[in-house]
Amino acid sequence: MLIKKAVDIRSSEITPESVYRQRRSLIKALVAGGALAAAGPALALGRYDLSEDAKRYPGPDWLQGKLRAAKADDGIPNEPLTPYPHVTGHNNFYEFGLDKQDPKAKAQGLVTDPWSVEVAGEAAKTGRYNLEDLLKPHALEERIYRMRCVEGWSMVIPWVGLPLADLIKRLEPTANAKYVEFTTLHDPAQMPGQRGFFSTLDWPYVEGLRMDEARHPLTLLAVGVYGDALPPQNGAPFRLVVPWKYGFKSIKSIVRIRFTEQMPAVTWNQTAPNEYGFYANVNPNVDHPRWSQATERRLPSSLFSPNIIDTRMFNGYADEVAHLYSGMDLRKWF
Amino acid sequence: MVLTISELHRSAGGRRAFWWLMFLAPLLPLGALVTSAVEGQLGADPAQTIVTTLGIWTLRLLFLTLAVTPCRRLLGWLWLQRYRRMLGLYTLFYATLHLLSVATFILGWRPDLIGYELSERPYIIVGFIAWVGLVPLGITSTKGWIKRLGKRWQQLHYLIYPISLLALLHFAWLIRAGYGEVLAYGIILSLLLGYRIAYRLRR
Repeated sequence: MLIKKAVDIRSSEITPESVYRQRRSLIKALVAGGALAAAGPALALGRYDLSEDAKRYPGPDWLQGKLRAAKADDGIPNEPLTPYPHVTGHNNFYEFGLDKQDPKAKAQGLVTDPWSVEVAGEAAKTGRYNLEDLLKPHALEERIYRMRCVEGWSMVIPWVGLPLADLIKRLEPTANAKYVEFTTLHDPAQMPGQRGFFSTLDWPYVEGLRMDEARHPLTLLAVGVYGDALPPQNGAPFRLVVPWKYGFKSIKSIVRIRFTEQMPAVTWNQTAPNEYGFYANVNPNVDHPRWSQATERRLPSSLFSPNIIDTRMFNGYADEVAHLYSGMDLRKWF
Repeated sequence: MVLTISELHRSAGGRRAFWWLMFLAPLLPLGALVTSAVEGQLGADPAQTIVTTLGIWTLRLLFLTLAVTPCRRLLGWLWLQRYRRMLGLYTLFYATLHLLSVATFILGWRPDLIGYELSERPYIIVGFIAWVGLVPLGITSTKGWIKRLGKRWQQLHYLIYPISLLALLHFAWLIRAGYGEVLAYGIILSLLLGYRIAYRLRR
């Protein structure tokens, strides 16, 4: 005898009609718009299925609405996101220690709001700004980028931020501005790594970009990750993200932006000029003197699949950025 | 009431108990590593964690092996001598696991990468030479080989001194910033080797 079972769908799994219709209209809008870039869906809360015990970083009040209104990114085909606990628990931020677990362990007390930023050098709108005021006119968008560390590991990370080019435009750099220099907070009381004896790095940490690199549409000023505000260990309240360069170029917790005519003296280049160049473009053909850059471990790698992949020229962004370096000898300008 | 370790070694039961202790203790770091791996507690980059942990324990066991003679002479710990071979073999054991984990988890046994690393990377070359040097020392650590080589056995095993320097160099060349740890290991090794030089000069 056949006994029919009750339909095995919980009411919670049924999509309410209003949502269903919304999705339909959204799809229609997208198709009609024809331009994903112009009208992507906003970053919905809960877009990322984070475990309940994950430590979240909602950010200051003034940022929360902006984060939620950010335009979402579809991601990179066949390259899944590196999970949240790894993005927020495994990175280099030497201001908090040399181990990759140190930033998460030691950065939680960093005061990131209010945050003051100095704009200096060859620009019309120099001065001290409150970060909130500096970012007020800008809408945020999500950017899912590869992040390749010079040490040979990489991640795929959903940042939220604004194109650096948009901010630069508002600051009105002069014709003399050939480079932008960024400086990280120097505060040994909050940053235990800056109190160390044997560090070879000089604080504060300084990074820089050529003006055309800074203005490139891929170059991001990130204020968030995974839909939340940036955790302090990832460079809160705002940091640079330059996806075609090794990770150390993407300077964190910025307190100073200076426009200059001279190439800035950047930290790693000053520390070991034969190992780290000013440009530091991801390049599988030019090795770090002590290790190969031909491959990378995409994290999380597991023991049964170490996830070793070939590193790509400009970290896979060659179509977008190779023209910036045409005619340059990338072996010399590594 | 208090039983010293040398007193413990006077009875067969005491010797056996202590042998087991000395045999099992060096396996603890490996056990901890395997446990973490099984529980998925090695973080985002387990390959790096495993390689680094095995490497640093190789160095520590090498230093412990080198500490046997000074401890015996300076502290009168005669009983320690009987564990020197075990510590030396554990050094080779951890060095081999370290090497295998690099080949497996970092290089994925890709012949092109292995060939490249072994020909182009100074710190890899130095580390590999140190491992190659350890192998004959391990092989000739048996009673039979000690007898067979006679006087030359000691000469062969002096190789451990250059090997220890290569191991330290291998470690130092990996550092990106922060030389505190390497400095500490360097000081320990200079004490261990310096003691031997001083001992020679006095005789």
